[in-house]
Amino acid sequence: MSVSTDPRWPSEHYLKEDWGLRGWLLTTDHKRIAWLYLVSITAFFFLGGLAALLIRLELITPPGDLVSADTYNRLFSLHGIVMVWFFLIPSIPATLGNFLLPMMLGARDLAFPRLNLLSWYVYTLGGLFTLAAVIGGGVDTGWTFYTPYSTLFSNSAVIAAVMGVFIVGFSSILTGLNFIVTTHKMRAPGLTWFRLPLFVWANYATSLIMVLATPVLSCVLMLISVERLFGIGIFDPALGGDPLLFQHLFWFYSHPAVYIMILPGMGVVSEIIACFSRKPVFGYQGMVISIMSIAVFGFVVWGHHMFVAGQSLYAGLMFSFFTFLVALPSAIKAFNWTATLYKARIIFSAPMIYALSFVGLFTIGGLTGIILASIAIDVHVHDTYFVTAHFHYIMVGGMVTSYLGGLHFWWPKLTGRMYSELWSKVAALALFIGFNLTFFPQFLLGYQGMPRRYHEYPADFELLNVMSTLGAGVLAIGYLLPLLYLSWSLRFGAVAGGNPWRATGLEWTVDSPPLKHNFPRTPRVTEPAYAYDPTAD
Amino acid sequence: MPTTPPPTESGRVADQFDDIDQQREANLFGMWLFLATELLLFGGVFAGFVVFRVIHGEAFAEAAGHLDLALGTLNTALLLTSGLTMALAEQLVNAARRRAALAMLLATLALGAAFLAIKAYEWHHEYMERLMPVLGLPFEYPGKHPQQAELFFNFYFALTGLHAFHMLVGLCILGVLAILTWRWRDPPRIARQVQISGLYWAFVDVLWVVVFTLLYLLRL
Repeated sequence: MSVSTDPRWPSEHYLKEDWGLRGWLLTTDHKRIAWLYLVSITAFFFLGGLAALLIRLELITPPGDLVSADTYNRLFSLHGIVMVWFFLIPSIPATLGNFLLPMMLGARDLAFPRLNLLSWYVYTLGGLFTLAAVIGGGVDTGWTFYTPYSTLFSNSAVIAAVMGVFIVGFSSILTGLNFIVTTHKMRAPGLTWFRLPLFVWANYATSLIMVLATPVLSCVLMLISVERLFGIGIFDPALGGDPLLFQHLFWFYSHPAVYIMILPGMGVVSEIIACFSRKPVFGYQGMVISIMSIAVFGFVVWGHHMFVAGQSLYAGLMFSFFTFLVALPSAIKAFNWTATLYKARIIFSAPMIYALSFVGLFTIGGLTGIILASIAIDVHVHDTYFVTAHFHYIMVGGMVTSYLGGLHFWWPKLTGRMYSELWSKVAALALFIGFNLTFFPQFLLGYQGMPRRYHEYPADFELLNVMSTLGAGVLAIGYLLPLLYLSWSLRFGAVAGGNPWRATGLEWTVDSPPLKHNFPRTPRVTEPAYAYDPTAD
Repeated sequence: MPTTPPPTESGRVADQFDDIDQQREANLFGMWLFLATELLLFGGVFAGFVVFRVIHGEAFAEAAGHLDLALGTLNTALLLTSGLTMALAEQLVNAARRRAALAMLLATLALGAAFLAIKAYEWHHEYMERLMPVLGLPFEYPGKHPQQAELFFNFYFALTGLHAFHMLVGLCILGVLAILTWRWRDPPRIARQVQISGLYWAFVDVLWVVVFTLLYLLRL
């Protein structure tokens, strides 16, 4: 194992002083704000996970016996809303991105530190609204808030939930804006665009989507709110309005949002694979172009969520075509990661196990996406568990896996301490095994015709559902273990030193934990990213 | 009048920036990006309106005829004039002409407030005409397509309301700028703030031109 622990504990670092409430709640240090986000999204992750656990427990038997159908609707709506907007969207950008982006750029902080803190408060306010929706009886529209059900019929806490999501949208707009300006204006001398680490590129592309797509979500949620609050019905079919307009506007955001939820993961995985292969990332420029083209193509595929909703066949054909196109840059990335591994001396550390899991799971998620992009097949499997399995392979297999991988990779930088090597590998494997056991059966269920969002099902589907629920149990272990040993390491972990993985990148050139303003003096960059030497020891 | 050097080198630089130029560029760039998000926020409603304007062409054109074109035009003139005064304010602050700049900021503020007052009068008028389908108020439309007309007025209140909210934010910003200019503590900093706020104000102007065209001008 290549962990070279350097028992040097820096005399000055960002966590040393200011441990009062003011020091945390009024901080403008991007590294501390990253911690605020880390704690908040972890809380929301376990709230969303609890809902998922109840869903899986309900589905362990064919009849609906654990919760009522109404409660079940509220559970999957809560699960979706919390996981999408309060965990996945902010996950990597707001935690690792916040912490690392300025460091990777050689900057002292983000361009707008107070705006950065504001974005966390906005996030928290949105979170409080969502919790209010839960306390107020929950919301039963699903995470997509489709009209006219959400505007005219639902008797649940739609307003509170919609307001929560509306508000949290502004937090991601602010984060995205901050990242874009910082990347453009605050790169260290010598750090040209094509020397940027892919993690920076990925967060940059993500920020573009956040800034350009999220306002449309705000717009459509605002229209839902005014319809419910004031009776100004833009989507009301009785007046000649069209509920499909809602779907168009909603997916104009929510499809690109899928790329908000996967691109940062791709960035993390590129860093990890290069480090533990001891090789530069294969085809760096191709990776950059792929990242940017995924972000751009992502804006013209939203109609593939509406193949059976009543849009014209020609629109469907175009959306299908563009969806196939997205597969190209995605495949380039998967091949380039594999090519980076080729003939490398691979080190199977915990972050690397997560990264390799990512490549496999993302590939399955992506390939089943191509299946769903074919209109003829989509008509057959839409709204079945096939779709559920597909997007969980991207969201959980992709994003959650890479988030945990990134957290393990940079944990020594965040905290200055190492965690248990054995337990971290056990957790990474539990995640991989538990995840596949949970979601692979759902592909089969969906293909056999089990619809999404039903709380009971025919007895024929029982075996696969039991497998899925057992898998969820293993998956839960994969989530709880890191919570334990990472917390443990905060106090008892070995001192990591500045660069325990012997990785390249500006963030590894300084002590762990870093100084308040990151660098003792502004660094000067003279070489490309990933200047690993495959021939070194 | 206090005379200060033109705002080029002075002014406090925030910790994270190397120099004032980097800071100014970052701030300007940030504002432009924010305006891009605003464009998309309005863009969704614009797109929806255009779709229904095409589907219910006749009904929407007729409903637009019930809006007060004269007042709408007057408001457009007021707002465009406020764009001029804001641009002048920016130049005058740069030239360190404090009193003139303050006068222009206050003029912008007054024009913006007049705009909102006229807008409120228009809403009141529509309320009296029973053309305000808000909060279950009676909607009694005299034309041929009452339902589509209600859809039109829903859009009308959503769009003008959203725009008025942005005006209100702009007026608050102008108020702060006026106070800062009156106190005149850090002229280079005020110049940057006026420049960036001016971008926002101009943007809200331009949005109104689109709102005005879509709602008022496409009539029978």
